Amino acid sequence: MTANDTAVRTGITRREFMIGAAGLTFGVLIEGCAAHRSEDRGGAALAPAPADRSLRVNAWASLSTDGTIYIASPAVEMGQGSLTAIPLIIAEEMDADWSRVRIVPAAPDDKIYGNPGFRGLMYTAGSATVTGYWDVARTFGAQVRRVMLENAARSWGVPIAELDTEPSAVVHAGTGRRLSYGEIAAFAQISAVAPAIKPEELKRPDQYRLIGKDVMRVELPSKVNGAAQYSIDVQLPGMLYGAVLRGPVEGTSPVTIDDAAARAIPGVERVVPLSFGVGVIAATPWAAFDGKNALKVTWSRRARAFGHDSDRAIQTYSAAARDLGRAGKPWDTQGDAPAAMRSAATVYDGEFVCDYTYHAQMEPLNSVAAVSPAGDACEIWCGTQSQTMAVGAVAKALGIAPEKVKLNLMLLGGGFGRRGHRDEEFVIDSVLLSKEAKRPVKVLWTREDDVRNGRFRPLSVHYLRAGLDQSGRIIAWQHRVACDEISAFQDPVRYKLGGERDFLAMAGSELRTYDIANRLAEQLPQETGIRTSSLRGIGFGPNKFATEAFLDEIAARHGLDPVELRLQLLRNTPRGQAVVRAVVEMSDYRRARPGRGLGFAFIDYSGTMVAAVAEVSVDKARGDLTVHDFWLAIDPGIAVQPDNVIAQTESSIVYGLGLALTERISFKDGAVQQSNFFDYRVPRLHDVPELHVKLMSTPNRPTGVGQMATPVVAPAIASAVFVASGARVRHTPFLRERVLAALA
Amino acid sequence: MAIDFIVNGKPVSVSAPADTRLLWVLREELKLTGTRFGCGAGQCGACMVHIDGTRMFSCLMPVAGVQGKSVTTIEGLSPGRLNGLQQAWIAESVPQCGYCQSGQIMSAAALLAANPHPSRDQIKDHMNANLCRCGTYPRIVRAIERAAREG
Repeated sequence: MTANDTAVRTGITRREFMIGAAGLTFGVLIEGCAAHRSEDRGGAALAPAPADRSLRVNAWASLSTDGTIYIASPAVEMGQGSLTAIPLIIAEEMDADWSRVRIVPAAPDDKIYGNPGFRGLMYTAGSATVTGYWDVARTFGAQVRRVMLENAARSWGVPIAELDTEPSAVVHAGTGRRLSYGEIAAFAQISAVAPAIKPEELKRPDQYRLIGKDVMRVELPSKVNGAAQYSIDVQLPGMLYGAVLRGPVEGTSPVTIDDAAARAIPGVERVVPLSFGVGVIAATPWAAFDGKNALKVTWSRRARAFGHDSDRAIQTYSAAARDLGRAGKPWDTQGDAPAAMRSAATVYDGEFVCDYTYHAQMEPLNSVAAVSPAGDACEIWCGTQSQTMAVGAVAKALGIAPEKVKLNLMLLGGGFGRRGHRDEEFVIDSVLLSKEAKRPVKVLWTREDDVRNGRFRPLSVHYLRAGLDQSGRIIAWQHRVACDEISAFQDPVRYKLGGERDFLAMAGSELRTYDIANRLAEQLPQETGIRTSSLRGIGFGPNKFATEAFLDEIAARHGLDPVELRLQLLRNTPRGQAVVRAVVEMSDYRRARPGRGLGFAFIDYSGTMVAAVAEVSVDKARGDLTVHDFWLAIDPGIAVQPDNVIAQTESSIVYGLGLALTERISFKDGAVQQSNFFDYRVPRLHDVPELHVKLMSTPNRPTGVGQMATPVVAPAIASAVFVASGARVRHTPFLRERVLAALA
Repeated sequence: MAIDFIVNGKPVSVSAPADTRLLWVLREELKLTGTRFGCGAGQCGACMVHIDGTRMFSCLMPVAGVQGKSVTTIEGLSPGRLNGLQQAWIAESVPQCGYCQSGQIMSAAALLAANPHPSRDQIKDHMNANLCRCGTYPRIVRAIERAAREG
């Protein structure tokens, strides 16, 4: 008997939740409903279950005779809106009546549902969902529409060219006849080969009925009455609770475990030694937490991160970055930067530092697993950024086939890059403890666990040099980044496939948009053993802070206007110029504010153009910064959901604000020094300036929106601090003592 | 020990150690999972409930402390239909990940109950107790202003 069988027998329905756009209600499909197979729910099958998948129109949509349209969502929902956006794009090309659409989670299958923009992985990250699925989602939608047209044409005996569609209906203008998609589904035949759709047969932006209009995010109503289900909310009959004490650093393991006190706590059922820590299984969450806290464990010292001290590391990283005799690992090479630097009339340099930072997603990591008593099958409930990575990690941990792992994908209480590691360690916790208990187990991390066992944006030291010719034009650029490696730790598989390039750390150090002929960006990887991670904005965060803050300094030192300098560098990028001009106008940038400074920054984040102005005052006695207003113009191409683009932009500004001003993780002897929101300060309402976001949608392929504003915040504030006070803040976060030191 | 109190208008009796936090009793014993665990330290407000009409961090409140009292959770705020505040929350598209939003709404409801027409500064002061990592703060302010305006 598998865990799945257990669940069914005890009356638990599978949690493939469906969300209806019409009634905006949750529905729960009962056992047996695969995500997208209409035959399972008794509707006429548009895509009958074929032995050979190629016989299906496609795996993304199915229609019922009652007009209900089921669309698969390949992406996870963590607040960014992808659960709505991808089905909406499919529905657009289908010409579906959105009120009849039901969204179902796609099965974990990279071959069908992988993001073409992410090496074919089901991986929701990098603000790459809409842009990655844009072509396939539209094509799949258009295929369904074509099938509807073909069947109507055959039924009426008219040429397909005479037909058109209205939402969920095929119409024949000549005779006024009309067939709803549901009616067609009752008799539809599907050719063995899916219809080919040429790019020019897709809708033009001026034909959109759904894209570019604001529809409600489908799961929104469930988030105002407590009904939304995250993995932490899962309740199963017979479920136990688990907590795991991890070692202070990655790679250490328990040497001695004194669990006498833990086992004496009422409700503690079992203490489980693990290779990386010690698990406690208990009847209640509080017993599990108390049991974990009562453990006395000594740890092996054989792990690289022991001894790591983040204050000392800054010196080491700085020395590496500044030692030009030491070749870095090239990331971006254009022209001949060293030669151009030698020929430059003026060379400027600068050093910038970014501290370790933590995701602080509001839902502390957790998961629920039910491993079958024989250990040969497993059902999991989790909020992961990659369905297939989660399934793969669980299969690997249990030594079973991925098909034996049933994933129940839940809403994510924030992701920000924390939940997409190849090892999915927070999912494995519950799997290992459930295997031991032979019962379902919910493993909860406390906030303190979440911080101390965190995986962080690395510490980075940036050494930059720029060479200018006689006319003041930048002809040479060098950016050396010394930082902990990320990609190799986070996802060794993707790292190898990607040619061992540390994309997560180095992204954004290339200046592809700025017109600088000779450029070199290189990494000086620091092997520290510290747990690292992608974090909202990935390398763009630190790298764009360094780049933009340095450009601001170059402008000041060379007597150039910071905005004019950017406009010159953007001479080949009209869309970049447009957002710069827009934000200058929005903020009335040229009007000086007494006692305050206006700071400017621009970034091109993977094709999304972002320009920002911050208005800041500096308390010179205390070193406190106040950001009063923040203006931002963003061009993400086509805005699929305009208000959501604005919401995401507001969100990423606030996130960037925390990274710029207060958020800092530090290490002593390899161990994290912070523990909760007391000492890891994220923005609160009082910290948030007035936000002014201008969405400048253009009819270009959509690019990302989920994190594009985050990296622009710190350099805009740094620039404003200089205008307000003359001080250069070069180390994020801009803590009081750092501001005071810069003012001195 | 048995502790008797009212949750969302219904009497309940739970047995748990006296210092067990109300949050966990609500979530895991009473299955009212809309009240969420964020920090366990009264820092984030994801666990906010009303106790005899006053907002409280349920992650700090020992269950023995609510003996004989009346607890309202997000599920009991307006059973069966969304109230004006919740509708305003949707109208302003406030939630993103949504995890903190039960606590935000419970805080906001307590504010409006005490002060039906708060100023923007009063809203900011009151809501400063609740963290939102998605940074929905501007929309939270707008939703409360809308709810106050529309009644």
